[in-house]
Amino acid sequence: METDSTGVFVPALQKAFPDLGLALTLFRDNRRMVVPADRLFDVMATLKSVGADFLFEITAVDYLEYEGAGPDRFAVVYGVCSTESGERLIVKTFVNDPDPELPSVYELWKAADWLEREVFDMYGIRFRGHPDLRRVLCPDEFTSFPLRKDYPLKGRGERHNFPVITRAES
Amino acid sequence: MAVNLPENVLITQLDQLANWGRKYSLWPMPFATACCGIELMATASSRFDIARFGAEAMRFTPRQCDLMIVAGRVVMKMLPVLQRIWLQMPEPKWCISMGACASTGGVFDTYAVVQGIDRFIPVDIYVPGCPPRPEQLLAAVIEIQDKVQKTGTYNAREFARRTQATGPSPFSPDELIRIREANEQLPVLS
Repeated sequence: METDSTGVFVPALQKAFPDLGLALTLFRDNRRMVVPADRLFDVMATLKSVGADFLFEITAVDYLEYEGAGPDRFAVVYGVCSTESGERLIVKTFVNDPDPELPSVYELWKAADWLEREVFDMYGIRFRGHPDLRRVLCPDEFTSFPLRKDYPLKGRGERHNFPVITRAES
Repeated sequence: MAVNLPENVLITQLDQLANWGRKYSLWPMPFATACCGIELMATASSRFDIARFGAEAMRFTPRQCDLMIVAGRVVMKMLPVLQRIWLQMPEPKWCISMGACASTGGVFDTYAVVQGIDRFIPVDIYVPGCPPRPEQLLAAVIEIQDKVQKTGTYNAREFARRTQATGPSPFSPDELIRIREANEQLPVLS
């Protein structure tokens, strides 16, 4: 465990959640922290209350068949920063099959709206409490989740029954 | 039968007259979605100058166009839009499929990209290249002019014969086999 004395996010979280044993890891200049999924919303709310006013990214990783990965399948990654101080923190949490679900952080940052929709679209991770959890990139009639690692290159979930327009009828 | 015509009078067929007028005033509908669209813009600009072939009047409404240039990949979500725009164009109309992606899907052999627009709309000329040079697009415009001159009719009755789809069937057996094999490579988990 490395310590990082700069910034206010990590000390505030460690003070607010002493039972979680939150550890900061560093990779180059990325400051990262793993949080259990059932406490995610509280952690994010605390982060916002100490100045993380900007949610710049939500994305996910599918660790299926990933070498050296832990037992969990999906990781959802949140990036927050403070526009006042420029401090950044990346929060990671794990969810699993058969029903990967997380609380939505839409109530904290409106930016989560389309970001969570994208994660849902690509990985099928549902966000509890999201006001409008629809697909955002794939067509509405798409029935699969293409960025999951068990998705083939193509051929599952697409719509193929578009009309074929011949020249005589157009 | 000798007929004395004045020198400025010409006898021709109505079809030929219509074709002559149409081939030198093609109005393209630029359906540009990717890097081919940049080459399409270059074709319209002064170095290559598509106006030399009378096709410079690009209109961004399909109702004023008679040549659709599909430049770039078309995704599944865009396909209904493409079909609607094609149907909105008035007769007579032609279609150029510009570049590898529009013609075959190109390198984007994935779930999201249409593997050739000719599966879903009729195409007259294909332009190879990734992206094609403007000269290649100009060659395609010249080919279209040739096609208009040779096959065109004044009331566009030649299109009624084209009752078959231009491209392969979206459900070709080869493709179904390929999809099934791809599905078997990884176990279906959920």
